[in-house]
Amino acid sequence: MDKDFAARRRRDLIIAAALAAIAALTPLFVKDVVVQNIMILTLMYAGLSQSWNILSGYCGQISLGHALYFGLGAYTTELLFTKFGVLPWFGMLAGGVVSALIAMGLGYPFFRLRGHYFVIATIVIAEIGLLLFHNWEWAGAAMGITIPIRGDSWLKFQFLRTKLPYFYFALALCCLAWFVTWWLENSKWGFWWRAVKDNPEAAESLGVDVFNSKMGAAAVSAFLVAVGGSFYAQFVSYIDPESVMGFQFSLLMALPAVLGGIGTLWGPVLGAAILIPLTELTRFKFGGSGRGVDLIVYGTLIVLISLALPRGLLSLFSRPKKTGVAR
Amino acid sequence: MGLLYGLIAVGLALIFGLMDVTNFAHGEFLMIAMYLSFFLFAFFAIDPLLSAPLVAAALFIFGAVIYLLLVRFAMRAKANAGMVQIFTTFGLAIVMRGLAQYFFTPDYRSIPQSWLGGKTISVGGIFLPEPQLVGALVSIAAFAALYFFIHRTDFGRAIEATREDPGAVALVGIDKNRVFAFGWGLGAALVGLAGAIMAVFFYIYPDVGASFALIAYVTVALGGFGSVFGAFAGGIIVGLVEAVTALVLPPSLKSVGIYSVYLLVVFIRPRGLFGSM
Repeated sequence: MDKDFAARRRRDLIIAAALAAIAALTPLFVKDVVVQNIMILTLMYAGLSQSWNILSGYCGQISLGHALYFGLGAYTTELLFTKFGVLPWFGMLAGGVVSALIAMGLGYPFFRLRGHYFVIATIVIAEIGLLLFHNWEWAGAAMGITIPIRGDSWLKFQFLRTKLPYFYFALALCCLAWFVTWWLENSKWGFWWRAVKDNPEAAESLGVDVFNSKMGAAAVSAFLVAVGGSFYAQFVSYIDPESVMGFQFSLLMALPAVLGGIGTLWGPVLGAAILIPLTELTRFKFGGSGRGVDLIVYGTLIVLISLALPRGLLSLFSRPKKTGVAR
Repeated sequence: MGLLYGLIAVGLALIFGLMDVTNFAHGEFLMIAMYLSFFLFAFFAIDPLLSAPLVAAALFIFGAVIYLLLVRFAMRAKANAGMVQIFTTFGLAIVMRGLAQYFFTPDYRSIPQSWLGGKTISVGGIFLPEPQLVGALVSIAAFAALYFFIHRTDFGRAIEATREDPGAVALVGIDKNRVFAFGWGLGAALVGLAGAIMAVFFYIYPDVGASFALIAYVTVALGGFGSVFGAFAGGIIVGLVEAVTALVLPPSLKSVGIYSVYLLVVFIRPRGLFGSM
């Protein structure tokens, strides 16, 4: 069994490396800006969803408030950049650290809550953040922040003429989130998380530090999501509270993982690879009418997929587990 | 105002609180109800107050149909049923918003004249707006009726029993789907009532439901799941907190007060004020 497991992990790593290499080469063939845009968003959501999956999938603490960390990452980066001239690269790191600290600070009271009470608390805290940023004059209030254009430069992580650097960064982010998940999956933390998810009382009695394992998951998850947020801010070069901290982001982050397979290594990537291009294409095809046809198509898709495959698309591929009973 | 939140929350208290089914489309139910009373007014000149029972009846059918067509299957999922319910109803909410945009356009609409709109009534020297007052009375009546229904009738008991143990309930001859379809219908009818009254003094547009839905969730959770009285108390508290917050903070921050109180309450009492689950 151990041998199988190690082989599976090695196989996962090889597949990931191969996929990343293929993805890295695609811009050589795909020159269309619209398609490149979709690929960037797909990679970004894959990374975000992978990060969300760490806390909500592996550790079982369903958060529908991750927009808070996404927004904090975006705002930290841009406030530092526009007000103090700090380069976005440092801002990105700072945003991640701020988000991780806030996630742990919130964890103290939040992780005492269970079930619906927890989920609603996460929605509510993100909504509080949204409203505060709406009213925070110094941070641009409802107007948001427009990132000043200083020309193409890696130093300032800003590119006007080409989308390629954004593409490679999104790819790197996605790979990072995947790799962190892969690595943690087989660490002490990964086992603790699954134990906490399945049965917290039993885990506690067997010596798992339930509280701290939740805290660890929250910190890692928030850090990665915040990095995604700062990337997004640089990518769209304009942020306002609604566009980076709105409730829809919390759901958009969760959706790929849920559709692909929650609490699995490949679920978020698979979910994002299918969902995001579909979303963007429906918006592209039907969105122009302004009459909500894109919403109708998109909503129907979500309903159908979640009803048809409650355990996610990955469940299509998994073989039934061996029960250990001799036939 | 608080009792109006209560009125929106009472339907959710039944669906989410008592049957333990997540409904992320609750706000969109409200939106549909508001449009219904708008069109009944616009085409047939029926005052929203008169059409309220009609709207409630229509929503009853709508709620029951949604349960039978969608939610029933979402609940059947063995693995992560919670997420399946969340995203099925969330997808439904998006479809409903899209349909509303498609058929009704994103324009803001309002009912310009009605029996209640814009009028105030003086109670002991305090001027109260009539629509809100009627809303408050209807809300109290709805809560009382639901309380009675849940605790004093066989059907109410059947709903609670079905949530507790669907298997055992089937053994004593209760059809789970009939019970829950009825529960969903009733919950939708209640939110239909709320929508009919709110149509009098709120703008009506496709996204109107979203802002109220979250507060309704907070109201139900604040009171505690599984408690009708809790949702009622939650509604009153939410209204009071909103009024007090409006005095000290700018209006755009009024919801922050409500959300903070929710967090404070569940940190002290993780099951809400009167929750049993």
